[in-house]
Amino acid sequence: MTTTVVEQASQRFGQLGWPTPRLEEWKYTNLAPVASREWSVAPAILPADISGITLRDRAVAEYVYVNGIYAPELSTPNPLFVMAPSTREQHYARYADYANHAMTAMNTANVQDGAFLQIDASVNGFIHVIHYSTDGYQSHPRNLFVVARGAQAAIVETYAGTGSYFTNAVTELVAGEGAVVDHYKLECESVEAFHVATMQVHQERASAVTTRAISLGGAVVRNELNVALTGEGASVVLEGLYVLTGRQHVDNHTVVDHARPHCESLELYKGILDESARGIFDGKIVVRPGAQKTVSRQTNNNLLLSETAIADSKPTLEIFNDDVKCNHGSTIGQLDEEAMFYLRSRGLGETEARSLLVYAFASEIVDRMKVEPVREQVRRIMFRSLAHYLPERREKDR
Amino acid sequence: MLEIKNLHAGIEGKEILRGLNLTVGTGEVHAIMGPNGSGKSTLANVLAGRPKYEVISGSVTFDGKDLLAMPTEERAREGVFLALQYPVEIPGVNNIYFLKAALNSIRKHRGEEELDAIEFLQLARQKMKVVDLDEAFMNRAVNEGFSGGEKKRNEIFQMAVLDPKLAILDETDSGLDIDALRIVAEGVNALRSEKHSVLVITHYQRLLTYLIPDFVHVLANGRIVKQGGKELALELEQKGYEWIEQELAAAQ
Repeated sequence: MTTTVVEQASQRFGQLGWPTPRLEEWKYTNLAPVASREWSVAPAILPADISGITLRDRAVAEYVYVNGIYAPELSTPNPLFVMAPSTREQHYARYADYANHAMTAMNTANVQDGAFLQIDASVNGFIHVIHYSTDGYQSHPRNLFVVARGAQAAIVETYAGTGSYFTNAVTELVAGEGAVVDHYKLECESVEAFHVATMQVHQERASAVTTRAISLGGAVVRNELNVALTGEGASVVLEGLYVLTGRQHVDNHTVVDHARPHCESLELYKGILDESARGIFDGKIVVRPGAQKTVSRQTNNNLLLSETAIADSKPTLEIFNDDVKCNHGSTIGQLDEEAMFYLRSRGLGETEARSLLVYAFASEIVDRMKVEPVREQVRRIMFRSLAHYLPERREKDR
Repeated sequence: MLEIKNLHAGIEGKEILRGLNLTVGTGEVHAIMGPNGSGKSTLANVLAGRPKYEVISGSVTFDGKDLLAMPTEERAREGVFLALQYPVEIPGVNNIYFLKAALNSIRKHRGEEELDAIEFLQLARQKMKVVDLDEAFMNRAVNEGFSGGEKKRNEIFQMAVLDPKLAILDETDSGLDIDALRIVAEGVNALRSEKHSVLVITHYQRLLTYLIPDFVHVLANGRIVKQGGKELALELEQKGYEWIEQELAAAQ
């Protein structure tokens, strides 16, 4: 966090200003309600109830930030992951582009504390980073994860809080040559919260990254995920699940840049939208002229549970060479009536049948989550947000 | 047990059943045969309460209760089971979880204790043997990737577990080879007792070789036009359905 970076970012934000829906990249999401409010910067560590989200007992390390400030008394750090100053210097703010992205510039200019973790050797277990926010505050959480050559790691980010607040997070993830990274972003913010998160993944030769964005909370949420496949044979799996109700708005914006040959990207985002919620998938795959033998698949499936819910789906391919195997597609549908009848004809009530089918739709993403405590966490939170579809039986099983 | 009186019903505004009368007593096995388009599947779906089907007039009582007034799940809980002609694939819903939930909602309705996972598995294993299904099927998604024969056997397996008072088989025999046919028939025969009734809907006689009915009814043009014993099925097999139609025409 050199002064020059902060100054430059601050200057750039001054020039760029808040993004508006006039920008193609922001056509679905208007941040005016966030920009027009006054948000305080927390003066100190405020009390935070993380009892529902901590995985302290099962993680190899847990780092907790409250309103952007590191809370050592809530954290269980591990000396193994301390980042060397030279590593930070080499990677920090090198990937997340504060020169051209306003929200990244805003974050870079206002970061207080960040989770800067270096994983040099394979980790047996997962690292958990919690960003917790409280009513009335803004925070600019910052994460830098550098997974060294050949190392394997599982990293989980959880965002939660209470009241109405504004979170503007930036995560940079570097996967060195041959590194294997299993990454999760669990967004379970308060329903009054504004959440903007930008994740920049930088992958070197033959690295394999899986990143899953689970969005369950927030009033207005923007998930921006950019993946640069910069080394031959790198592969990435991008999965997303958004389960929304009320008037929630979640905008998933992803870009995968196939810069080198023999890389693979497999993307699947699924949305479950109820009441007047709106879920957006705006994904782009770019295959550059030199990126021969690219394999890419991009899919977005949506389940609408009410007449007033809205799903927007915009999968895009930009291919600049002809030696590729790419496909994309999206679906927007309702619960299968035949399946509903089948379940009910065996004695299941309408509510129970509905919840079973909704859960089944989500399970394609949830069941593939490798880190068990996170999978359980997602199931638990999802069941809470799907509460009005849930049979009593499920409650009892917990 | 089941009493259908002057039932008129159809789909999408088209009347298909035109005054159907049928009484099925407790412990009896009835076969309903008829040419394509005679209304066999409509009858099965109306009894199970499939939403798209409309009842125009008439009544159906089941154990003295008005069946047509009940939502689909309540009919199931009261003891009506429909083995579907085309069982639905439901990705993401585990077969065994689904069936346990179904059985427990039926048991709850009957005022019986719900089964826990272990008790349920014991029951399921025992019933699985009857239809010769491998245990691996239990942990797969409902009907997903099952062959036609496996789907039909799964229907019979569900029937065996749920133990309905009235089982309706809607062309369960269609598309089955002789071995699968025998397994399905054995599954239904295992259910036969003085407490259980079965309504077998079929186009062909071959299932009835293994599953011998007490009564055979011929459905044509939305009405039962002929009734008899098991020998009527054989007669239909030999002569086809034309002679019935001719007989009807002559009578008119």
